[in-house]
Amino acid sequence: MTKTKSASEPAVNDFSITVGTVNGSGSQTANMALVRAFFKMGIPVSGKNIFPSNIQGLPTWYSIRVSKDGYLARSETTEIVVAMNKDSFAEDLDKLVPGGIFLYADDIRQDITRDDVLLYPMPVKKLVREVEPPRELRDYLNNMVYVGVLAHLLGIEVEKLQQALDFHFDGKQKPIDLNMAVIGKAVQWAAENIDQASPYRVETMHGTEEYIMATGNTAGALGSIYGGLQFSAWYPITPATGLPEAVMKYRPILQKDPETGKYKLVVVQAEDELAAVGMAIGAGWAGLRSMTATSGPGLSLMAEYTSLAYYAEVPIVLWDVQRMGPSTGLPTRTSQGDINLAHYLGQGDTQHPILFPGSVTECFEFGWKALDLAEELQTPIFVLIDLDLGMNQWMTRPFQYPDTPIKRGKILWEDDLENLDWEWGRYLDKDGDGVPYRTVPGNTHPKSAYFTRGTGHDEYANYSEDPETWDANLKRLNRKFELARTMVPKPEIHLQEGAEIGIIAFGSTHPAVSEACDYLTADDVKVDYLRLRSLPITSEVKAFIREHDRIYVIEMNHSGQLHQIITLDMSDQSAKLISLTYNTGLQLTADWVKNAILAEEEK
Amino acid sequence: MARKKRVNELGYSKSDYAGAPSTLCAGCGHNAIVGQMIAACYEENIPPEKLVKFSGIGCSSKAPTYFMNRSFGFNGLHGRMPSLATGALFADMSLIGIGMSGDGDTASIGMGQFKHVMRRNVPLVYVVANNGVYGLTKGQMSATAEEGLALKRQEQNKYMPIDIVWEALVGRASFVARGFSGDPKQLKALFKAALHHHGTAVIDVISPCVTFNNQDDSHHSYAWGKIHEVALHELSFVPPAETIKVEYAEGETAEVELHDGSQILLKKLGHDYEPDDRGAALQLLEDANKKNQLVTGLIYINPKQKSIFDIEYLPPSPLNRVPDEELRPSRESLGEVNAKMF
Repeated sequence: MTKTKSASEPAVNDFSITVGTVNGSGSQTANMALVRAFFKMGIPVSGKNIFPSNIQGLPTWYSIRVSKDGYLARSETTEIVVAMNKDSFAEDLDKLVPGGIFLYADDIRQDITRDDVLLYPMPVKKLVREVEPPRELRDYLNNMVYVGVLAHLLGIEVEKLQQALDFHFDGKQKPIDLNMAVIGKAVQWAAENIDQASPYRVETMHGTEEYIMATGNTAGALGSIYGGLQFSAWYPITPATGLPEAVMKYRPILQKDPETGKYKLVVVQAEDELAAVGMAIGAGWAGLRSMTATSGPGLSLMAEYTSLAYYAEVPIVLWDVQRMGPSTGLPTRTSQGDINLAHYLGQGDTQHPILFPGSVTECFEFGWKALDLAEELQTPIFVLIDLDLGMNQWMTRPFQYPDTPIKRGKILWEDDLENLDWEWGRYLDKDGDGVPYRTVPGNTHPKSAYFTRGTGHDEYANYSEDPETWDANLKRLNRKFELARTMVPKPEIHLQEGAEIGIIAFGSTHPAVSEACDYLTADDVKVDYLRLRSLPITSEVKAFIREHDRIYVIEMNHSGQLHQIITLDMSDQSAKLISLTYNTGLQLTADWVKNAILAEEEK
Repeated sequence: MARKKRVNELGYSKSDYAGAPSTLCAGCGHNAIVGQMIAACYEENIPPEKLVKFSGIGCSSKAPTYFMNRSFGFNGLHGRMPSLATGALFADMSLIGIGMSGDGDTASIGMGQFKHVMRRNVPLVYVVANNGVYGLTKGQMSATAEEGLALKRQEQNKYMPIDIVWEALVGRASFVARGFSGDPKQLKALFKAALHHHGTAVIDVISPCVTFNNQDDSHHSYAWGKIHEVALHELSFVPPAETIKVEYAEGETAEVELHDGSQILLKKLGHDYEPDDRGAALQLLEDANKKNQLVTGLIYINPKQKSIFDIEYLPPSPLNRVPDEELRPSRESLGEVNAKMF
């Protein structure tokens, strides 16, 4: 084995690994085994899949960060690189920090262009052949070699890898044994052939005891189900597909009547997003708790129906798992670029509340809360996450059972109508809060029916082109939007003594921003941080902005969409609102945030 | 002596099925559709509250305002009535859906949803008021206009027409019929049968636009229809309770039994045609096209095809009346979900 420095004291539980493989080669099994083993060792860990829009063949990367401090954002540096793909070999070697570890499959014969790293060629094919696997499984097992070598180098407990594979293969002994056999061979080979001490090590700690691992898409699906979801229509699109797929996975477990075996929740795969949203709106109109999930291109197709749902006041929840646009863009890369699209979706003066979960467990929470809000406000409610939060496995707090009963809003059935002491009209603002009372099909009261339309209508749902009626109706819808401002989730605010500047960020950037706040504090730049959880902005957000000299609005898009929306809402404060945008398709890092703010502060 | 108001078996008078006054043109074919839909529902004793109306955009789609004020209705988006109906009807499967669409609505932007609602066999009476022309935007060609049609201010139609019935057959609709607004008696019988059908019932109604496309040589005009209509059979509908009383002459009448035990009686009119063979139906249309005929009647039916409600495993009681406490899975179940996450 080769040369160079070995640090006297290894870095423990604080480094990143990047694995370069060929898409479709089954590396997810290996990478997840590593992530889950670290997690089981109690080490805070995050795993991020950087994958191409391709089924098989193109380069793909997986980055794993372990952090004793609990930092889960992507790291700018990588201390260990595993190169399994000859096409990205040179690029992967370049990524490594000086003194880092470079593991590679020894059948890749390419020039080694660096002498400042630790090089370990692994006899991948040979080790796999030694366990005599079925021929068709050989290629999939290749990746277990680097798992075993890393286990030896870093000190990963093999038993924890076994637990991870147990989970991955759902207890199926054959694949577990086969994979463990390869890991065993690789560990043995590493022990016999690598005599240098690794500069990076892991040690058991207690940083993950109160956590589970899940994806935002799964959490969003489960949150919706625990919110009493009854109808979901959807159309496949990356990166949102996992959400409806999780609804389908959990439907028989959670929403099947144990006595009759019948489902309480309907899922329809529609022919396209035009139909998915149409079905969801039909269901919401008819009194079902209804949701659809899509990504930017699908949301564009849903615009016209959303405008109708807004004006006809139909409750529906739309999840947008954002990917990078414009256009088809980077379908497998993350972004926060649909905020404007979602906030104003549809022709005319439409505006919609948006919820921004900032963690996987919050995806669960906002899943049920969004359904409540939609029915209470009788309007489309958007939940925006992104590919990073939606598709990657995150360590997160366990899902909390809803702490309030299901809220159905103002809905009148036969008895209610019979006992009413005022004349009901579908769009009559009886309570003065902008939210009228509704009835739904199936109500057999002779006065229950009304005709729903996207054309002009009066308080009794009759067709109307009367100018004053039109104007009054739109003003009422705006009152409803102002009511939403008081009902949407409030921000999470982190304050420090003496801070004069503030950060506003939201969604999947939370780990990077919160890590950056620590670094800034260490550099004596005191900063307060408001994690926005919804639009329209609440009074707390407005107060936060007023109370600071400068506010950095950080987001992952090009034009600073959230910055624009806040500026419109608080034009008197616009001079102090500074937009910082990161728009590469990769996840935000703490270093980027820190440097961006320092650069502005030094101006 | 005051005359007693006529009522149906439910005690409803026809006015209980009325809608707002029509704002369509006088003589519009769609008014005949409205009138026959009211008559069919009244005579079939369907409570108005059990009907739900859906429509897209266009003259056709305004029609649901003109019938059954006591039924819920939703005037949706252009070509996207089927998705709206699909979602809504899951809320209470005892409701009867009536979807009103037009040729502009169904045969252009709506083609996808038209095809997919048939494929899913959503129980829905899907009426296409087909006049070959865009009325509300004042007289442009629709996709069902025949090749060579000349309309004011428009270029002569260069393209082949889309045949709604042909598309419905190819789309595997479980009930395919064609009516003609100039033949209200047949239309009413078709509506009755469709209201009892357990699946998507497509009825393509040639419904002339008296303002923009009623020239005698237009294939969507009253005059053309009157001359070229070939009714496949004399159609009558027998509700479930009366089926045992019906007698028919051997060999002259074919009967089709529907899901709920009702029957459609087809008295032959010189054709030996039974509507149970999709291939024969397509051949019939092809032959009729060559002979310049407007074939009307029940063209295809399969009462046994499973509907989306049969396929989805759902409780018989309305989903939109499930009590809140039954909607949310238990606290214990979430404990198990969390425990099974890694």
